[in-house]
Amino acid sequence: MNGRDDAPAWVRYLFLLTAMAFVVVLLLLPALNVLVQAFAKGLGGYVSAATDKDTLHAVFLTTAVALIAIAINTVFGVAASWAITKYEFWGKTLLVSLIDLPFSVSPVVSGLIYVLTFGVDTALGSWLDTHNIQILYAAPGIILATTFVTFPFVAREVMPVMEAVGSDQEEAALTLGASGWQTFWQITLPDIKWGVLYGVILCGSRAMGEYGAVSVVSGRITGKTDTMSLRVEKLYQEYQTQAAFTVASLLLFLAFVTLAVKAAVEWRLRRALAEAARRPEAR
Amino acid sequence: MTRRNIPGFKTTMGATLAWLALLVLIPLSRLVTTSSGLSGSDFWKTVWSPQAVAAYELTFGAAFVAALANGAIGLLIAWVLVRYSFPGKNLVNSLIDIPFALPTAVAGLTYGSLYAPHGWIGRFLSPLGIEAVHSRLAVCIVLTFVSLPFVVRTLQPVLEDLGTESEEAAQSLGASRWQTFRHVLFPSILPALLTGIALAFARAVGEYGSVVFVSGNIPMKTQIAPVVIMGHLEAFEFDRASAVALVLLVASFAMNGGINVLARWSRRHER
Repeated sequence: MNGRDDAPAWVRYLFLLTAMAFVVVLLLLPALNVLVQAFAKGLGGYVSAATDKDTLHAVFLTTAVALIAIAINTVFGVAASWAITKYEFWGKTLLVSLIDLPFSVSPVVSGLIYVLTFGVDTALGSWLDTHNIQILYAAPGIILATTFVTFPFVAREVMPVMEAVGSDQEEAALTLGASGWQTFWQITLPDIKWGVLYGVILCGSRAMGEYGAVSVVSGRITGKTDTMSLRVEKLYQEYQTQAAFTVASLLLFLAFVTLAVKAAVEWRLRRALAEAARRPEAR
Repeated sequence: MTRRNIPGFKTTMGATLAWLALLVLIPLSRLVTTSSGLSGSDFWKTVWSPQAVAAYELTFGAAFVAALANGAIGLLIAWVLVRYSFPGKNLVNSLIDIPFALPTAVAGLTYGSLYAPHGWIGRFLSPLGIEAVHSRLAVCIVLTFVSLPFVVRTLQPVLEDLGTESEEAAQSLGASRWQTFRHVLFPSILPALLTGIALAFARAVGEYGSVVFVSGNIPMKTQIAPVVIMGHLEAFEFDRASAVALVLLVASFAMNGGINVLARWSRRHER
């Protein structure tokens, strides 16, 4: 402990110990508790809870919903970044803040707005109902709500990178006769890929962990519309504590993987941004 | 209108606007059209019922307590992470982000079990008569967890940049350690600290999943505002649910506006 603080040693140790106590109590114990409770009935209990049919379906649904939300928001995020950073137009600031809008909407409200849009008492809802198309209390509703809460992530990460890289290389490629798509795939995408990936990680992590918005639109049908977070809650309410913690532990692993991958990508992203700043033709 | 001759403006702008309208703006506008089904007095009675007011108070009050707690805890952790070197520092630094990555239902589940009367922490609190689940305290504790990284992460870069020169200068001029902290260090980190606290507050106000696990959702006592919306929704009172949702939405817009102003002030202050 030879840091840049010349306070008396006992003060420094007091600070360090208090800070570590908070880290242990607030962050480490909750994570450890998940693992201990998940393995409360040994490895056998863990495996049988993790391979329960309805739990496996929840894992499948959560993964599928997250992948679709990522796909939608990546296409949207890159398109929006292209439109916003490559051109000047009136109302740009407004557009950017509209894209950020879902961040300030409470999770329950994020689900509620789709219930209001597709509920059977609306014109759209009754039309869908007579044509046997189910949005609410089915996978499409869960996908919509999840896409809404993760809407800004990719756009927000890609925009600053695209802005920093600039458009000179694209213009050069276009002048040399490349098509728009060729330019995008071969010039733009390699430049922005770390930004895209970073946004995808944030989007995926939030999508797989979303609870409030999904709980409103899912209808919580066991084995059908339960995502992992909803499954955790249901098992907990059914007093199947160990099984609830088993599903929670899967989400905890996911969180750790997310943190590790995020750190790696963050490092590459920062390097890519620094490189873009050094490029003489960028500005 | 294009600045350069890069193709794709119509396609990308068209897609962006279509997506935005279909996924965000039209569904959000349903809050206004649905709640307008209520008469003015019904609207008022719904959004300002004693139960709703108690829920707003808890939502904002507990978030405020959690944000302030994070102001102190986050300052301490950031200080230790920047100024001290100790074994395992990198690991601790990466642990700080756990609340960002951990799904909210997992946070609620594990906090509920830790602070329950027989849990690892609850067993020490319960003999003292401290109820740390199904109480307002429980809401404050779990909100402190979900918003923990904000203060640490906004303070860290500022503390790194600050260096120790001005402190050393102050001390060589005879200032005591406390005077140095109050008059030299604190004023330079205050903007970042306030921004961190505000971000933590906003995050805590918006939190739902973890709170419903630990709060017990007792009306007038431990119910947060989104639970009031859920109550209306489960009773099929869509208009009332939208009315309360609209109030929350306006409140969070106002809050985000305030935070933006604060963040801009803080950035200006740094330069």
